[in-house]
Amino acid sequence: MNKDKYQDKLDLDRILDDLENYRPRRKGWRWRTKVENLKLGDFTYYQCSTPLKQSIPLPAARAFGGIDPQPDCVITSEIAWRFEDDIRRMRMAAWHGADHIMVIRTAGQSHFDGLIEGTPMGVGGVPISRKQLRASRKALDMIEDEVGRPINLHTYISGVAGPEVAVLCAEEGVNGAHQDPQYNILYRNINMIRSIVDAAEAKRIMADAKIIQIDGAHNANATAVKAWKVMPELLVQHAINSLFSLKAGIKQDDICLSTVPPTATPSPDLRINLPYAVALRRLFPGFKMRAQMNTKYMQSDTREVTVTHVLNLLISRLTSVDIQSTITPDEGRNVPWHYNSIAGVNTAKQTLIGLDGLQEMVKLNMEGELGTKVREITERAILFLEEIIEQGGYFAAVEKGFFVDSGLYPERSGDGIVRRADGGSGAGSVIERDTDYMAPVCSHFGKNNLPIDNETKPCSLIGGCTLCNPDKIVYIDELDPADNVNIRLDKVRKEREAGLIKPEVAEWGDGTVLVTLFLPAPPEVAKFAALEIARQMGLAEPEVINYQVMHPAEGTFLEVKGRVDIAIDPDMLVIPEEPQLLAEEEIKEDIKRQPMLVVAATLGEDEHSVGIHEILDIKHGGLEKYGVECHFLGTSVSVEKLADAAIEFAADAILASTIISHGEIHRINMQKLHEICIEKGIRDQIIVIGGGTQVTDEMAKEAGLDAGFGRGSTGHQVASFLVQQRRVKAAKGRRRIA
Amino acid sequence: MERKDDYLQRRKDLTKLADEELYQRFWELTEKIVDPLIKLGKEYTTPSIERSVLLRMGFSSLEAKEIVSCCQEHDLLRKGAGHVVWKLAQKRQVSIRDAGLALCKGAAKETIEEVKGLFQLTGAGGQE
Repeated sequence: MNKDKYQDKLDLDRILDDLENYRPRRKGWRWRTKVENLKLGDFTYYQCSTPLKQSIPLPAARAFGGIDPQPDCVITSEIAWRFEDDIRRMRMAAWHGADHIMVIRTAGQSHFDGLIEGTPMGVGGVPISRKQLRASRKALDMIEDEVGRPINLHTYISGVAGPEVAVLCAEEGVNGAHQDPQYNILYRNINMIRSIVDAAEAKRIMADAKIIQIDGAHNANATAVKAWKVMPELLVQHAINSLFSLKAGIKQDDICLSTVPPTATPSPDLRINLPYAVALRRLFPGFKMRAQMNTKYMQSDTREVTVTHVLNLLISRLTSVDIQSTITPDEGRNVPWHYNSIAGVNTAKQTLIGLDGLQEMVKLNMEGELGTKVREITERAILFLEEIIEQGGYFAAVEKGFFVDSGLYPERSGDGIVRRADGGSGAGSVIERDTDYMAPVCSHFGKNNLPIDNETKPCSLIGGCTLCNPDKIVYIDELDPADNVNIRLDKVRKEREAGLIKPEVAEWGDGTVLVTLFLPAPPEVAKFAALEIARQMGLAEPEVINYQVMHPAEGTFLEVKGRVDIAIDPDMLVIPEEPQLLAEEEIKEDIKRQPMLVVAATLGEDEHSVGIHEILDIKHGGLEKYGVECHFLGTSVSVEKLADAAIEFAADAILASTIISHGEIHRINMQKLHEICIEKGIRDQIIVIGGGTQVTDEMAKEAGLDAGFGRGSTGHQVASFLVQQRRVKAAKGRRRIA
Repeated sequence: MERKDDYLQRRKDLTKLADEELYQRFWELTEKIVDPLIKLGKEYTTPSIERSVLLRMGFSSLEAKEIVSCCQEHDLLRKGAGHVVWKLAQKRQVSIRDAGLALCKGAAKETIEEVKGLFQLTGAGGQE
């Protein structure tokens, strides 16, 4: 990556400056550009898209030449704090491979009868306003230039002000949105007739703005007591919203079904989730699949959640996926933190790439249990639809509690959500249009008695609407002088400008840190002990956010969050200078003039040889590339044997690799190597260096070696050090052993 | 309502259907449910729809709210809030924005009467 160009943080002032005149550079959704048989490094990929211009690959990419293959489907990252911090997280997520940024709305916006303006603080989400969307879109426009891929901005076109939010989104270049009147009705108790009428208008606006739609069926998973029993209903909910959307004008390509594998382990995950996924895709060909990860059974253990999500991704690859959504592994314990959002994106990227081309090798067996279950789920859904009609239609079915009942339909448990057609927010607000009803704007749905012919744009009556002429949009900056982004930024401006560094998980300078600990006590004691330890460590407001019993008597694993009020001035830090590397040509010249030979091995009982090969082998740009003669003795070599080999080959240097660090074995072995070289009388003449993921230069020097090379070291660094060190030794007049 | 799982009994009619026929049936039934809903969408309007029309006509969210409230108060929403503003602008030969702002908070009684007259609702010899 180009460090010089991208070392600056996003300039929030620049983003906020002149927002009034900012226009989105494009409208509509962008899919990834699929590349057939993409070649990257030594590999060919079947389900990948154009690589990014700038990105951060998975950690293991180090051993694969830094490649960062991007799956063919869009990857979503959800963001829910406050937009001045979310913008930074969007940038991090984009660099790891997200191209769909979904901003979670603040609690209560569904019931806000109108648009929110300005940038007030939200609760559990972000108040979606024109300024928030415009600033986010402007930031994403800058970020997509960095990564070289379009990034889609997404929010919710629902609630009691759906049509207004739809216009706002169309005007501001929002690319995707949730829209499903069933969400309003079932989960937000907004009047059902109002929700349906509003939805038709909202969908028409979305259709023309090419905003892709994601439905709300997944909420039934999250709400039902036994989520694996709502599968027939999920198909019904998807169908109602999809067909309604088509009839309101949205193209099939722009309709995405939000599908979540309903269950999770310890149930037999795939045997339940896979038939459902197959049934869905068979009933909805031509629609897009937005695969969401399961949240229903999330607890606070991020490891468990990650495994569930990997299984969800397996289903995506065994069937199909157009948008892979991610759930952060910490959603079960707090509103997601920065690095957990990134973890979610990386779980998706890693697994999808790992399963690349799976269906070339594995076929679904529809002959057995899978086929039978697919048929059964489909039939149950059809029976559900039949009964809705028998009962008098959709509204009647909702009034009778058909939806989100925990029975596996036609079983009914009687615990479904009941709403009344004359109840809920906005009841009684729906008005029949008179025969002369008229709306002189574009993207209006339904009866419209326009005094013009069909060929003429409706908005020609008013000299253009905001969708055709954005200069007509009225921009409101802030309404609340006490609760807005300027006030919040001013509070931390000094720290920001001084470049002070504070720990942070979500908001600039929030001071939150996480302590991981194991205590040899049962959980009821361990929790209080952990809090006390955190207090004594100086953490304010400590809170146990996860614990797991390792054994009722032997102990408990805990994660405790707390706050510290520490701000570090980086200018006060003593940071060891990065060693100055010799130029590659200079190293090669030096070795050509005076040949160099090294012996290398992994030390003791250590079979991990990937790292040392990277340092030695020519194909990884290792020492061989510079002309160094390398003798790799193998793995698990004793220190004695290594020293003897150095003598036998008259080596200039010993390279000892050690990955395992149990019981400080890496330190011990490095020290032993140093001592044995002294014993054998070669220590003064030979350069001895250690390497490994847990090795640092300081540690190796403490053990008596000349240098240590840790995680991320390169052959160039080692070659440069060897040449420089040989010069130092020569200057001291010491001879090479021979 | 509580009911035991009687799937095996209910599915009897479905067993004869091939997968393709099941697919057809699924979508035919869905259409029967959705058609009355989409009809509602065509024939009715709501305060939010009307505010969204006004937004598109170049009013701010705050102005749109006031104009729609005014229309609601005087039973004009069924004509379309945008329609009301457009007609007033035509009549007065003023801009759309000026016409709309005249209907914001504190709209003069005469303005309301003028608008009602435009739709023959009251005054000007019109019908209620």
